[in-house]
Amino acid sequence: MQNLAWTLTLVLMAVVAAVFLWVAAGASRAGGDAGASARLALALRDRLFWLVIAAGVVISVATLWEWPIAGHAAAAAKPDVVIRAVGHQWRWQLDRDTVQAGQLVEFELTSSDVNHGFAIYRDKNSMVAQTQAMPGYVNKLQVRFTEPGDYEVLCLEYCGIAHHNMRAVIKVRAGS
Amino acid sequence: MNAARTHSPDTPAAKLAFQLYVAIGIAVFLLMMIAGAVFRAVQAAWLPIPASFGYELMTLHGAGMVGVSGLAGAAVMWYFLRRYVALSTGMFLAMLALSLVGVVMILAAIGIGRFAGGWTFLYPLPAKSMGTWGPHAAGAFVGGLVFIGVGFLLFYLDCALAIIRRYGSLAKGLGLDQLFGSGPLDTTLPPTVVASTMVVIINVLGILAGAVVLVMSLVSIYLPEVAFDALLMKNLIFFFGHVFINATIYMAVIGVYEIVPRYTGRPWTISRPFLASWAAVTLIVMAVYPHHLLMDYVMPKWMVVMGQVLSYLSGIPVLFVTVTGALVNIHRSGLKWDLPLRLLVFALFGWAAGVVPAVIDGVIRVNLVMHNTQWVPGHFHFYLLLGLVPMLLGAMLYACTRERWTETALDRAAFWTYGVAGAVFCFVFLAGGWLGVPRRFAVHDAPWLGFAQVGTLAAVLVLVTAVVLGVRLLARLPRVSLSA
Repeated sequence: MQNLAWTLTLVLMAVVAAVFLWVAAGASRAGGDAGASARLALALRDRLFWLVIAAGVVISVATLWEWPIAGHAAAAAKPDVVIRAVGHQWRWQLDRDTVQAGQLVEFELTSSDVNHGFAIYRDKNSMVAQTQAMPGYVNKLQVRFTEPGDYEVLCLEYCGIAHHNMRAVIKVRAGS
Repeated sequence: MNAARTHSPDTPAAKLAFQLYVAIGIAVFLLMMIAGAVFRAVQAAWLPIPASFGYELMTLHGAGMVGVSGLAGAAVMWYFLRRYVALSTGMFLAMLALSLVGVVMILAAIGIGRFAGGWTFLYPLPAKSMGTWGPHAAGAFVGGLVFIGVGFLLFYLDCALAIIRRYGSLAKGLGLDQLFGSGPLDTTLPPTVVASTMVVIINVLGILAGAVVLVMSLVSIYLPEVAFDALLMKNLIFFFGHVFINATIYMAVIGVYEIVPRYTGRPWTISRPFLASWAAVTLIVMAVYPHHLLMDYVMPKWMVVMGQVLSYLSGIPVLFVTVTGALVNIHRSGLKWDLPLRLLVFALFGWAAGVVPAVIDGVIRVNLVMHNTQWVPGHFHFYLLLGLVPMLLGAMLYACTRERWTETALDRAAFWTYGVAGAVFCFVFLAGGWLGVPRRFAVHDAPWLGFAQVGTLAAVLVLVTAVVLGVRLLARLPRVSLSA
């Protein structure tokens, strides 16, 4: 998902930059028929508008038809393991920290003090999923760990001056 | 284009007021850039500064940048809107005076009280610092924001009254009667009035929500036994913050509508798509804020769906009306490039390009793995550093340099260096977000240091060129004209 977001961003930004450069490069040349170019550009814009709307409908349906967040609200699968996690300034309290690969794990997140962010990393450069830990509420996040290993939990909602130290580890053992 | 006559008198006090805004605006922008660059250097592990001080700088940078963006945006809006409606110089100055009181309180909260709760003052963090700052520090910070908010509210109410007096209602100022009417368009309704009306509507509502949540925060700071619903507070804070920061660029873009046509000789008049786009964006900016709360799974589903869908739609009015309009306006127009125009057109690129990663992050599946990573400062710095700031600079330079302006090699070098270094600075953030590097960490793990180090170098270059551009503007400030 991260690779798709990055690539799409670069491609679309490059298109925007190319259009700007093309128009700006010719802007100081006179002689353009202002009326004709405006009509052409606006006709193109109107077609592009409907194309973007149609793309928006397709993207919305494709990304929302199956609810994108496992465990959010109703209709979640029954988890194999539930881990209750409480955020405190500045530590995580987990009622268990070891699961087996392949299990569907449900995290039930809350906070005893301020808002925290519960983000699970496969390694330093790859986030698996996240949710917020908020006082007075329980957010449920379901994750199926497919690969064994140690997964680091970081706090991703700024929670005070030791925010960066608020970490935990979830150990995923090879399934039996 | 210019009104036949200005509706607000060009008094020496009005001129001085605008000069004060420009001078203070430039000074604060540069100081906040320094704070931001130092925080980036702390992340790069290049400065032996404690993390707590880093978070104080982060808080200062955020609050200062949002505040000065609001003030400078309001100055550009006031500068042009006063030509069409009768605006009060006193209210304009009252906003500045109240903001300065707020700034002093915020500086005291951070510098003396060691407040480091972030500019978003996310409830209940200001009241729960683990003893690192006291209630008076938090109270001074939140109270300072209240002063600034009251100042802005006075200004927007003055604008609202002036628009209603001249055009009959805010609906007419927004052109809704024409948009939904069947008769021919009255093209004498200036784009400036339409944009200003939109800003007035959203910011009055946004600031009122902000006032409510700021007062609730003050109560929680001084009466810890009183607890509020954390989700409600979060909604109010993000509604206020989202609307306020978005309004800054909608104020600054007035400069594009007013100035670009003078270079091209092609008028920029309203059309039905133009009015439809501003009407749509009025609603979208207020309703889209749940895209900040996609990772709060207790939010109602319909609100997060609305956040994703409106996030996508929010880019359309920008890209399809303002940017297309500007590109059509300058295409083969025979214009003569100079620094103000370069900045304005580049700013539109920064805005349009910055929309792309913002919209992508608004997709829930993407947000699940990119929320609160450096992807977020990546996209908002794109349209603030490369969109808002050059747009403000371009408009202010134009106000000071119309006629008799000679572009120097230094101007061109500063412009291109600012653009390239600024883009590198933003792309480093985006690349960090792509790889999951958290935002708002004062201390970075070893694998992330490279991003922070390249980002720091780019930030220093941006700062140096911003100083050059700022000094060029300040040097011309005595010659500012309210009718440029």
